[in-house]
Amino acid sequence: MIRRLLLLLPFLVFVGLAFFLYRGLSLDPSARESALWGQEFPSFTLSTLEEPGAEVDESLLRGRMSLVNVWASWCPTCKEEMPQLLALSERGVQMVGINYKDARDLGRQFLEEFGKPFEVNIFDPAGDLGFELGVYGVPETFLVDANGIVRYKHVGYITPAQVDEVMAEVEKWH
Amino acid sequence: MALTLKSRCCVVIVLLLASFQSMADTAIDARHFEDPVMAERYRDLTASLRCPKCDAQAIDSSNSPVAADMRERVALMLHEGRADKEILDFMANRFGEFVLYNPRLDGRTWLLWALPAALVVGGGLVVIAFVQARRHRRVRPLSEEERARLSSLIHRHRERSE
Repeated sequence: MIRRLLLLLPFLVFVGLAFFLYRGLSLDPSARESALWGQEFPSFTLSTLEEPGAEVDESLLRGRMSLVNVWASWCPTCKEEMPQLLALSERGVQMVGINYKDARDLGRQFLEEFGKPFEVNIFDPAGDLGFELGVYGVPETFLVDANGIVRYKHVGYITPAQVDEVMAEVEKWH
Repeated sequence: MALTLKSRCCVVIVLLLASFQSMADTAIDARHFEDPVMAERYRDLTASLRCPKCDAQAIDSSNSPVAADMRERVALMLHEGRADKEILDFMANRFGEFVLYNPRLDGRTWLLWALPAALVVGGGLVVIAFVQARRHRRVRPLSEEERARLSSLIHRHRERSE
């Protein structure tokens, strides 16, 4: 009897492997969990895109939930993402931009041309804040709750179809 | 001194190769460390960190901007005297577990680490069981009846082959 069961062993191994491989087929290989999930937004001291003399830090993100979008004028998908960001800001989400590895005049020009969904833009020309956030592909969007905790991260551009998805996250963590 | 065609070709090839080499050097910034141990640690660390942007490449061979930033930070932290583990944790805390080519042992990765060991142990047990079974196998002498049947079979076989 035991010998009979042993003969089944290769079949069981096959079933196990097939299950994991089949599951792997539907996984998105570019999906990454964010290391910052549930962590505090990293501290920083930077100027804003609007005012070179201004100084802002992480307290900017306290007291209200905000959607922090990392963008740059050299990033083509950021242009395509702007209408969605404008839609989100119209739906009452506080939007904060991080102008990543960019020049001030180019960044401002970009906003003049493609719209201004952001209440304020953190100017990060060296990409230091981006590094702390683990940014590896612009645009990236972080949902930061009123206590400054990162609750959600979206890598890549938010498609028109994904606006509702992002909105649902905003309501979830409100 | 006139060069033969063959040696001219050689010179051209050598120059071409040299230019490729210098191109490779400029693509991936060569870093120089005074301390050979630190240079070795830099090589190991940049080879064991995966570039978050480019799925199957370590940061030591990637041209993506984020890989360059990470290399720069590794070098900086080495000069600051940080330990290897500190540097790897620093990167994983920002870019996620994904960047570690040697994942840390935790609730989700224990199977990854335990399975090879479990398979080796399991295989060893199977081998031991086989050997034991074989060692304890006893040879039972044939009974009279069996012996008679065997000799008649052999006899018949011989007759047929003749």
